[in-house]
Amino acid sequence: MTAFLAVLTRDLRLALRQSADLALVLGFFVIAASLFPFGVGPSPEILARIAPGVIWVLALLAVMLSLDRLFQQDLADGSLEQLALAPVPLSITILAKVAAHWLTTGLPLIAVAPVIGILLNLPPDGYVTLLVGLALGTPTLSLIGAVGAGLTLGARRAGLLIALLVLPLYIPILIFGVTAVDAVLTGFDARAHFLYLAAILAAAIPLAPLAAAAAVRHGVEG
Amino acid sequence: MHRFANPSRFMRVADALLPWMIALCLPLFAAGLYYGLYQSPADFQQSETVRVMYIHVPTAFLAQAAYVVMALGSASFLIWKHPLGDLIARSAAPVGAVFCFVCLVTGSLWGKPTWGTYWVWDARLTSMLILQFLFFGYLALANAFDDPARGDKPAAILAVVGIVNIPIIKFSVYFFNTLHQQSTLFGDLMGGSGDAAKSVNQPDIAAAAAEQGSALAPEMLLPLMLMFGAFSLFFLILLVLRLRGEWASVRLRALRAGFRPAPEEV
Repeated sequence: MTAFLAVLTRDLRLALRQSADLALVLGFFVIAASLFPFGVGPSPEILARIAPGVIWVLALLAVMLSLDRLFQQDLADGSLEQLALAPVPLSITILAKVAAHWLTTGLPLIAVAPVIGILLNLPPDGYVTLLVGLALGTPTLSLIGAVGAGLTLGARRAGLLIALLVLPLYIPILIFGVTAVDAVLTGFDARAHFLYLAAILAAAIPLAPLAAAAAVRHGVEG
Repeated sequence: MHRFANPSRFMRVADALLPWMIALCLPLFAAGLYYGLYQSPADFQQSETVRVMYIHVPTAFLAQAAYVVMALGSASFLIWKHPLGDLIARSAAPVGAVFCFVCLVTGSLWGKPTWGTYWVWDARLTSMLILQFLFFGYLALANAFDDPARGDKPAAILAVVGIVNIPIIKFSVYFFNTLHQQSTLFGDLMGGSGDAAKSVNQPDIAAAAAEQGSALAPEMLLPLMLMFGAFSLFFLILLVLRLRGEWASVRLRALRAGFRPAPEEV
């Protein structure tokens, strides 16, 4: 547990010292969202209709673009090797790194999402559902992303490859996250969708760090 | 089982079986196509387009089977470090990707006359599309490293992680009651829920299914089964041929790296 907290605070401190990275991700989120009114026209009805989907897709892409932060720098300066050699199970270390990644990516995205909701004219009833869905979904995005980031360590064109690997696995979260908001906006209950998101998260917390640890171990050795 | 994990021993058996498989596969294809195209009736609603089924259903099955083979091979590679598992996974991936592509194309050609659209974002179609992406991702990852042997383990991990998609494809037509029909081939596998949906949608077919165990008319079932057999053998033939190539390239790399094989292995 102390090792978990130590890695968590280390990664958080590193991320906050390089807060420009964080700002870039949020900047991408906002700028990409503001492209949609130009692309589909500024009609409020159309924007309201596509708002949940746009916010979710952009959150997915923003998380994906920040995944190289997880291991790449640590691999370059050699500290990832030290973490892999440490007596703590590597999966615990990776869980801590994922937690730090979520706190510096997922959480800010959730904070900015209502602003984009306003920009895209999301109906007022949808906000709570959107935020709860994002809160349940974005940790899973970071967890699955850690597997992808681990697998592509040392690969050619890792950035493009990670998109090909991770985006298909993100689709279920996207589906449940968007249909939850749509359900509420059309007068249904979003409970079932939340339960699905929570179930995926509950499965990903123990399983994804194991797969990511195996991948990172191989990436460090190679 | 571990006895045949030695690739050269495995390849000897596979090479011996290969001519027999080819000899069995060709007549099965001929018979399946003959019965499918000439000797089976047209469907009373879909008319002649129903014949797409004889390609679509076997390729869909084999795309998933190829993925399962790939994941099992990868798992055995990760657990027991059998190099054969990785070779099998690498050989099965492109074949499965092509079967998956054929399944998606024939499905959308079949969808146009019967559903009125080439593509819908139905759960079965979407999960099959994800399977296609997983095949592509596996192939890209396995070949993304300068040293080909370095791609083995990441690709194997990806194959094992992606196996979650197979039950999603299988049960998508039961969980999400959308446009793609439910399984008519093997009666109802899901017990109550599938049966209830079936009896609402297609009462007479459900009654027939209860009698025969399959909702498909016997004269359509025969060519479908023939095509299942033919395509399965075709998959195994391609697997063995690709396995030969992969095994040869592994040995070539080892020889180039200066590895001297023991005399009996050559």
